[in-house]
Amino acid sequence: MMLQDIRTTVLRDAVRPNVWDVVALIIVVGAMVLIVYGGEQTTQPLSALDVAPVSLDPANLPLYALRTTLRMLLAIVCSLVFTFVYAALAAKSRRAEIVLIPLLDILQSVPILGFLTFTVVFFMNLFPGKVLGAELACVFAIFTSQAWNMTFSMYQSMRNVPKDLEEATRSFHLSGWQRFWRLDVPYAMPGLIWNAMMSMSGGWFFVVASEAITVGNTTVTLPGIGSYVALAIQQQDLAAIGAALLTMLLVITAYDQLLFRPIVAWADKFRFEQTASGNPPSSWMLDLFRRTRALRKLSVPFAALNRTFSNLRLNWPRAWSGPVRHAPPSQLVDGLWLAVVIVGCAYAGWKTYLYLSATLAPADILAAIGYGLITLVRVAVLIALASLIWVPVGVWIGLRPKLAERIQPLAQFLAAFPANLAFPVFVVLIVRYGLDANVWLSPLMILGTQWYILFNVIAGASAFPTDLREAAASLQLTGWRWWFKVVLPGVFPYYITGAITASGGSWNAAIVAEVASWGDTHLTASGLGAYIAGATERGDFPRVVLGIAVMCLLVTLFNRLLWRPLYAFGERRLRLG
Amino acid sequence: MRDQVKETSLIEIKGVSRLFPKGSGEDLVVLEKVDLTIRAGEIVGLLGRSGSGKSTLLRIIAGLVSPSSGEAKCRGEIIAGPPRGVAMVFQSFALFPWLTVLQNVELGLEALGIDSAERRKRALAAIDLIGLDGFESAYPKELSGGMRQRVGFARALVVHPDLLLMDEPFSALDVLTAETLRTDLVDLWTDGRLPIKSVLMVTHNIEEAVLMCDRVLVFSSNPGRVAAEFRIDLPHPRNRLDPAFRQLVDSLYARMTQRPEPKLPSTASAGVGMVLNHVSSNSISGLIETLAGEPYNGHADLPVLAGHLQLEVDEIFPLAEALQLLRFGQLSEGDLTLTEAGRRFAHLDTDERKKLFAQHLMENVPLMGLIRRVLDDRPAHAAPAARFRIELEDYMSEHYADETLHTIVSWGRYAELFAYDEQSETFSLENPH
Repeated sequence: MMLQDIRTTVLRDAVRPNVWDVVALIIVVGAMVLIVYGGEQTTQPLSALDVAPVSLDPANLPLYALRTTLRMLLAIVCSLVFTFVYAALAAKSRRAEIVLIPLLDILQSVPILGFLTFTVVFFMNLFPGKVLGAELACVFAIFTSQAWNMTFSMYQSMRNVPKDLEEATRSFHLSGWQRFWRLDVPYAMPGLIWNAMMSMSGGWFFVVASEAITVGNTTVTLPGIGSYVALAIQQQDLAAIGAALLTMLLVITAYDQLLFRPIVAWADKFRFEQTASGNPPSSWMLDLFRRTRALRKLSVPFAALNRTFSNLRLNWPRAWSGPVRHAPPSQLVDGLWLAVVIVGCAYAGWKTYLYLSATLAPADILAAIGYGLITLVRVAVLIALASLIWVPVGVWIGLRPKLAERIQPLAQFLAAFPANLAFPVFVVLIVRYGLDANVWLSPLMILGTQWYILFNVIAGASAFPTDLREAAASLQLTGWRWWFKVVLPGVFPYYITGAITASGGSWNAAIVAEVASWGDTHLTASGLGAYIAGATERGDFPRVVLGIAVMCLLVTLFNRLLWRPLYAFGERRLRLG
Repeated sequence: MRDQVKETSLIEIKGVSRLFPKGSGEDLVVLEKVDLTIRAGEIVGLLGRSGSGKSTLLRIIAGLVSPSSGEAKCRGEIIAGPPRGVAMVFQSFALFPWLTVLQNVELGLEALGIDSAERRKRALAAIDLIGLDGFESAYPKELSGGMRQRVGFARALVVHPDLLLMDEPFSALDVLTAETLRTDLVDLWTDGRLPIKSVLMVTHNIEEAVLMCDRVLVFSSNPGRVAAEFRIDLPHPRNRLDPAFRQLVDSLYARMTQRPEPKLPSTASAGVGMVLNHVSSNSISGLIETLAGEPYNGHADLPVLAGHLQLEVDEIFPLAEALQLLRFGQLSEGDLTLTEAGRRFAHLDTDERKKLFAQHLMENVPLMGLIRRVLDDRPAHAAPAARFRIELEDYMSEHYADETLHTIVSWGRYAELFAYDEQSETFSLENPH
């Protein structure tokens, strides 16, 4: 081939669309059409919901799935924006940090579904008579389930930016704004994406739970998979529930393949490692887009825009300009700030006291705490049981790489699947066999969250060093000695990570798991979850507040007194490598 | 000529000190009353042990740390924040792993607001100059250490700085790679192809300093001071085997071993507050054995010994000093000689070595004596590490207190003078067997 020929081919190839462009274009345009359609639906008046109520016709399911997915996407965008602002504020300003970080810690342990009561009322009043208000309440519920751990991850990354890179940005005169986009955000990216993925997994549970809500006299049913299932429960239609489960399966698979895997594969370059890793994540979707020609050209203006945006010559206010300060911070301003915080807290506490004491007696508080302890026992027993089952299974799978490769995505998938969709199946069984609700409703709490234990243990066992296994084999360690001296300490840090997530999720699930119904049959297990759910249904706000406060307290104590020390112990003593 | 030189002084440091506040009130002096002038056209080296404040001085000039007292000026202006016309090369490279080679190099230009065409042209020129052609679109993790540091150089050179600061730029590289990079850089410098006026480099490698610099400032430790200044007029390219080169290396070694002697506890006067650099008992035994054997027969020239053992200055000095502290060796004028006890140690078996080590530890390390006294006095024969840490922090920074405790724990364990529980951080006399 002549040099001239090569040139023209290259030139032509550079802009001519190829077959991958067509595939990618269909996906992009399809997504845009669906988003616009979904958006139009939300501006309708609330009465439209009564005109076209949710129906059990399976033909409607794709549309319902779309509405549900759109709520999820909107919530994750909100969570991202919130994360950037909140984490940046907390990481850059010491005074903001004093307030923001403990606040975040508490928010993390607030039961999201308990929240719904207030947010629905708030958003409905904000957009009276519009579907938008109810939609926003639902999105807000998902947002509250997603934002906190993402924000924590971002904040921690921003605090741990490597010192040499930080010095390099200063030495090369990058402005605060440039530094944020060039150093802080990329450095935080892997952790942020992992947490966003966990958040999305958890989010499906809440989107399904918050689509059909009753607060006092108001019942709002937003078209979606969650309300579809709620209706199926009312009409005792097991087939419809099966159809909903199947749809959800497809939706989560699509979301995983089309959205998250590409992002994870793309974000691999942000991992802060100086050596190339053996097995980078891959995604056919990302490969498809990378193979397209015309669409890649289309992305050029976006890249340029991104560059211009991150190069804007903005700067943080001087007081925020990073951890190195030339003058020691002013004690006077610190004192004033602390005083403002204390007065604010005292005022809020007083207001809460007044509000609650108007309707509640000390006996109510004791009752709530009593219910809380019952739920606490449930969570503890369930985590113990799930650990007894899944730790050995996880170790067994994790030590077999071929098997682990296939099971691991399945376990992650199960963790993302909203378990509340499957609740009716169990309730039917309990009703049919007349089982004790107090005992048999409990497993529902851990139905969706036990998988976190499984896939973390699998990850831990997969990462267990081969040389240690060989050493154990050559020392003839077998039986319980092998478990307790070799493998369990090795997977302990991973197990704890999984158990923390599972336990947090179970507390949240209590609100929907301790009360269940099938048609006209209502089952209730006594516990804090049922207490909050009952108060919500009656529109009894003081008791909702009390229930949430008690749950917050118990979750926080549970975390501080049990999980954190265990986690610290695992990180200090048992982390391999 | 004289006037011209005066005009072109880039950096002027006058009486600069840097203190770090300590818990117990008194500040820790890292850098004490340092003077330094850097003129155009020279490579200046700051040579010293870790903790001698040389990196702090470099960061003061880079505008990353501010001096506690004294005056630091760049081109006649007080340095407040990173000055224009000063660029830095980092020991750890400090490359952004999510940016390609080209993007890393362009970063400094972007910050200056230079338009994209000019940016690309200059970046490609710098990449070309430093020998990175063909790697423009690679990510740092795809490159070897040497290539990464070349990116570090290109990124610093592309902004055309007057002064290039280098913080131990070759110490994270293997011997061969480091040598190639050094000679490449010196070649570019002597050919006048680098867009810079002067270089200031921090190093703890004596030969590197003699190979590259026109002027070397030797720093002493605790507190960091300029102990001596050497001019190096050898023409480039310099030959390591040249007798004049060896002569300079030897005198620098001698100068660096000279300083610590007066403060060593010939009379145990330094007391409990003596900083103990962590050196493992295995390394001490190994060094004694090497010294006692052929060809040294109990006496060695430090540069020769360092070369033989492939140890950097930063590694051989603490070892040699530990030997001197424990009276197993004697340091003078860059030579290390075994004492009578040292020779004896070399020929003992494990248990007897431990006994001799314990004896020397008790006699020569006051902190050890203190720990034993406290443990003997207490009824439970146990004491928390905090008890000693607090006392140490009266004399030294937290970091040094930690290192000193770490050292005494490992020596004491080896000598079987006490037991230590890491979990509860307690010393005790319990014998595990």
